[in-house]
Amino acid sequence: MSEPHKETPEELDRENARPVADPAPTGGPQAEPTPSPVRDEGVLLEVDHVTLRFGGVVALNDVSFSLRKGEIFGLIGPNGAGKTTCFNAMTGVYRPTEGQIRFQGESIVGKKKHQITRGGIARTFQNVRLFPEMTALENVMVGADAHHKTSVISALFRLPRFWREEKSGRARSLELLRFVGIAHRAGDVSRNLSYGEQRRLEIARALATNPTLLCLDEPAAGFNPAEKEDLLQLIRKIRDTGVTVLLIEHDMRLVMGVTDRIVVLEFGKKIAEGTPAEVRDNPSVIAAYLGVPTDAA
Amino acid sequence: MSEKASFRSNGGVRGWLGRQPVWVRWLVILVAAVAAYMLPYIGDVPVIGPQIVTEGIDWPSALFNMSYYVLLALGLNVVVGYAGLLDLGYVGFFAVGAYGTALLTSPDSILYEDTGWKWLMAVPAALILTMIAGVILGWPTLRLRGDYLAIVTLGFAEIIRIVATSTDVLRGDRGFASIPHPPGSWGGEPIFGVTDAIPYFWLGLTVIILVILGVRNLDRSRVGRSWLAIREDEEAAEVMGVRTFKYKLWAFAIGAFIGGLGGVLFAGEQSFINSQTFVLQFSILVLAGVVMGGSGNMAGAILGGVLISYIPDRLRGLSVGDTDLYEYRFALFGAVIIIIMVLRPQGLIPSRRRAMELKDREKEVAPQ
Ligand SMILES: Nc1ncnc2c1ncn2[C@@H]1O[C@H](COP(=O)(O)OP(=O)(O)OP(=O)(O)O)[C@@H](O)[C@H]1O
Ligand SMILES: [Mg+2]
Repeated sequence: MSEPHKETPEELDRENARPVADPAPTGGPQAEPTPSPVRDEGVLLEVDHVTLRFGGVVALNDVSFSLRKGEIFGLIGPNGAGKTTCFNAMTGVYRPTEGQIRFQGESIVGKKKHQITRGGIARTFQNVRLFPEMTALENVMVGADAHHKTSVISALFRLPRFWREEKSGRARSLELLRFVGIAHRAGDVSRNLSYGEQRRLEIARALATNPTLLCLDEPAAGFNPAEKEDLLQLIRKIRDTGVTVLLIEHDMRLVMGVTDRIVVLEFGKKIAEGTPAEVRDNPSVIAAYLGVPTDAA
Repeated sequence: MSEKASFRSNGGVRGWLGRQPVWVRWLVILVAAVAAYMLPYIGDVPVIGPQIVTEGIDWPSALFNMSYYVLLALGLNVVVGYAGLLDLGYVGFFAVGAYGTALLTSPDSILYEDTGWKWLMAVPAALILTMIAGVILGWPTLRLRGDYLAIVTLGFAEIIRIVATSTDVLRGDRGFASIPHPPGSWGGEPIFGVTDAIPYFWLGLTVIILVILGVRNLDRSRVGRSWLAIREDEEAAEVMGVRTFKYKLWAFAIGAFIGGLGGVLFAGEQSFINSQTFVLQFSILVLAGVVMGGSGNMAGAILGGVLISYIPDRLRGLSVGDTDLYEYRFALFGAVIIIIMVLRPQGLIPSRRRAMELKDREKEVAPQ
């Protein structure tokens, strides 16, 4: 399968250090992010001629595609094609060298990671990155906290808002653990969870931030066929709750079975886009996957 | 078993306590608090009492020393233990709290004509000053990671010390005298006098209890979760919506506030401070205490604070043959730290989480 590689970005600390005003207010824990002017009704996310270079490496080369609300969208390509980099650009981990990324009609380039998250994009990581010493429940609650407004002062003096949000956050987190099927592990420290459970926990944690768009980076990596089947069900279930899903996946069968549309990347370039059937028959996709032996997934 | 119970259950005293009904827990805590207030009289307990009390320094004074060391350890534990930020210059905040008090209250201060405040009036101002110092230090430096932060904080404490040594306003060696004591009188006599340190210890203990309650509330809220998330994976935390900079800055400000509390109490008891009081060793000692006791865990930090203050004080006035043990306090102290760290690398009272982290690492090093 895919080789592990570094996902940690160069220091983006200058960005971190600058204080930021609160992002656009969001309704409450359960509310949809505030609607903003959307140019095309159906479009949720627009990647617009994005180029991203690391020194000499061109990880993304003039990539454009857009996601529609409510679909399951596949992002595929051989190792090193730039899929994870694309996620990182969308979630504020990297800043595109050129081009624009618009979410609900609004540019997210230059926004901070936590702002983007609260704006409605959540993600998981290719190499699971949970908070290992926290319990499963606490992990999810960190996600749920994204929309909480309890201040340090109200936490210190346990003001009513603290109790209210703690209670609702906890209930919602438990519900999400149940949703992904690991409620029985709620009280266990997440490092003790099995690999499959950890992957599910990451999904629950991302869902807790109340995303409009959920990005999953190879959620089925290392799964056996039965586990993959379960995951497919879960992804469909997530979509049915109204969340748009962007899925990176190596397993062609899995991608073909669940996605509505697919974009194929190779060496940072988009080489194909379309429905699973269209993409499957596209000669350059076949070449990318079969023609270059070292890249075969 | 309910989810809550399974979340807390664990072996040892804490595990046992966690399984008791709420009223039992509070009763145990109440008894412990009362026992702490009775500590000045422990010398009257037959057999063990006389072994515990210090000989070279009167026992209540030793207890008061412990109280401000414990405060410092609790404050540093928020910064180092909870938020995972290595602060080597923590004594700087203690100094700011003490100097703030001195400047506002001592007749030696250039501000005396204008202020000449009582101790209690100076407390809020001095504490706000320390929090501001924490934010000023944190604002530019919290973007740095690990080692760099440690070096900058080290520099901060040295700057404070050197400014105190060499500026006229802060009076260097000559220091500030006649800093007023805390207010209050009992039957015509002031409660906080010069001879009896017991009231100071009680005051310190009360402050400690309030700090413990406050920090506990923060720890068991989104604030504590955010700190822990930052400690474990800062980037993942931010991607999950945690405003990492904000919470790191809060950890710094809260740590500074608690350190400032220590300084304010210290100034009120000693009534005199000068630039010799705030040497760098002090910061290192407190950090050693936190790590030794078990960082990331308040019980551990408290124990660490007690030990770093108690061990040297206990050695005072003891001698083996002709050698005065107090002279060797740092050597003995170093030996004790080494022994503890070899036998219990996660600290005397490890944080549950830290203990697990280390156990796993042991397994990685020595697979069966
Ligand atoms: N932080 C970085 N610094 C330098 N180069 C990087 C960095 N991150 C990614 N790259 C490079 O960018 C290219 C695209 O990497 P990316 O991780 O996006 O690929 P991917 O499609 O996710 O591959 P995989 O299937 O292996 O996960 C690779 O050549 C990689 O080496
Ligand atoms: Mg990848």
